[in-house]
Amino acid sequence: MNVLSQTEFSGPTMGIGMADGESAVTARGVDVYYGDKHAIKNLSVDIPAKAVTAFIGPSGCGKSTFLRCVNRMNDTIPICRVTGDIKLDGRDIYDPTLDVVQLRAQVGMVFQKPNPFPKSIFDNVAYGPKIHGLTSNKTELAELVEKSLRRASLWEEVKDRLDASGTGLSGGQQQRLCIARAIAVSPDVILMDEPCSALDPIATAKIEELIDELRQNYTIIIVTHSMQQAARVSQKTAFFHLGTLVEEGPTKTIFTNPHDKRTQDYITGRFG
Amino acid sequence: MNQHIVSAYDSEIKSLQKKVVEMGGIAEKMLSDVLEAIEKRDVNLAQQIILIDARLDGLQREIDEQAIHTIARRQPMAVDLREIFVVSQIAGDIERVGDLVKNIGKRIIAMEGHFPPKTLLSGLRNMNLLALGQFKAVLDAYIQKDVSAAMNVWSNDGGIDRLYNSLFRELLTYMMEDPRNITFCTHLLFSAKNIERVGDHATNIAERIYYVVTGGMLTVSRPRGEDGADMAAVETNT
Repeated sequence: MNVLSQTEFSGPTMGIGMADGESAVTARGVDVYYGDKHAIKNLSVDIPAKAVTAFIGPSGCGKSTFLRCVNRMNDTIPICRVTGDIKLDGRDIYDPTLDVVQLRAQVGMVFQKPNPFPKSIFDNVAYGPKIHGLTSNKTELAELVEKSLRRASLWEEVKDRLDASGTGLSGGQQQRLCIARAIAVSPDVILMDEPCSALDPIATAKIEELIDELRQNYTIIIVTHSMQQAARVSQKTAFFHLGTLVEEGPTKTIFTNPHDKRTQDYITGRFG
Repeated sequence: MNQHIVSAYDSEIKSLQKKVVEMGGIAEKMLSDVLEAIEKRDVNLAQQIILIDARLDGLQREIDEQAIHTIARRQPMAVDLREIFVVSQIAGDIERVGDLVKNIGKRIIAMEGHFPPKTLLSGLRNMNLLALGQFKAVLDAYIQKDVSAAMNVWSNDGGIDRLYNSLFRELLTYMMEDPRNITFCTHLLFSAKNIERVGDHATNIAERIYYVVTGGMLTVSRPRGEDGADMAAVETNT
């Protein structure tokens, strides 16, 4: 080893600066209750725009619950009560005058199990733009469908069978179809709730590749039980435990040098 | 530190640590034996030192293989990732220490029949003892994961460098006095340089301990012996 070079030792410091971009979603003092159960406790977090934020944590820690607050999916659960402040691009999403249907177009969602409509591949993607009146004629619609399928990296595989049923695709293709469906209505944010847990490693890799491309244009929040996946796809990671946000930070830091002992125990597979 | 849910993971990491500590023990013994060999002009002992070095090479290979397997099997994160990465680096440091000491052993054999007078060995002796102390201390710091002990080792390396610089000047004087001294003085000088580099490896290990425990890297430059004719900072190809 060259001694001279060691005298100039100045190793890289850990951690990366977050992208300078603004926050797409900001939550302040959010509490969620399912009946008597206090599922999320006083949660505050900023979700950076045009980046991938991963939520990790053991089952029941509140990460999916919080994800479902961001597009008000929890509204569909009668006993669920949300308090606090969640803003999307500065606008309160729990504002009573806000159109929830519009919100859910702006905040798309992809679920654990691919859930294409029992319709053709084309109609799966065209459905959203149609009901939101995003296109004025058939040509525009066809263009939008193609663009969305291309963005979801599915076009080449399905362009010759757009009339075939979406449910006839493989699991990974179905999941990309669901992503194309979400993209078709030009969302700002895409929520992904364990989008790869039902997929094989190759389909998973394709989705991860896709997520990496999508972050150029969309803000992505992904809930995952795979730590490696969180480390691979996200720029920011938030660790949830027992309904609280324990630690958040640049993904690099969380997976190499987390500050909180609970985060450390969880990601290294130790008894908490 | 809590135990892993998968207990086999704990035993894999422990086994890696055990092996690196075993390497440390062997290198420590080599370092103290080599001083004895040179002081007692014991060529047999020097020969043994050369032979035992193969054990270090073997252990280092085992550690690297095992570390790779653990990474592939467990996808270690955070402190585990740092630990496994650093175990492999420390094994590399200790393997180099073994090579440096082995090289001194070879020089002892080469000096047979033309050993330097014992009065000339005191500088090397002091350097060896200091390096041995540093090396022992840093191994203990590793076992205890004691950052402040590691930092003590780190900041004490300047002492070895200073001794090296003064020994360098002393040997130069002898060489100028009588050209017949040049051969053994050169052997002694290279041996001293090797010991100085053992000290550098102890400093490396100290930095690695700092990284394992804190997750941060030391960004300040290392303490040096002295400015000016700093022979410790001049690279040689031993």
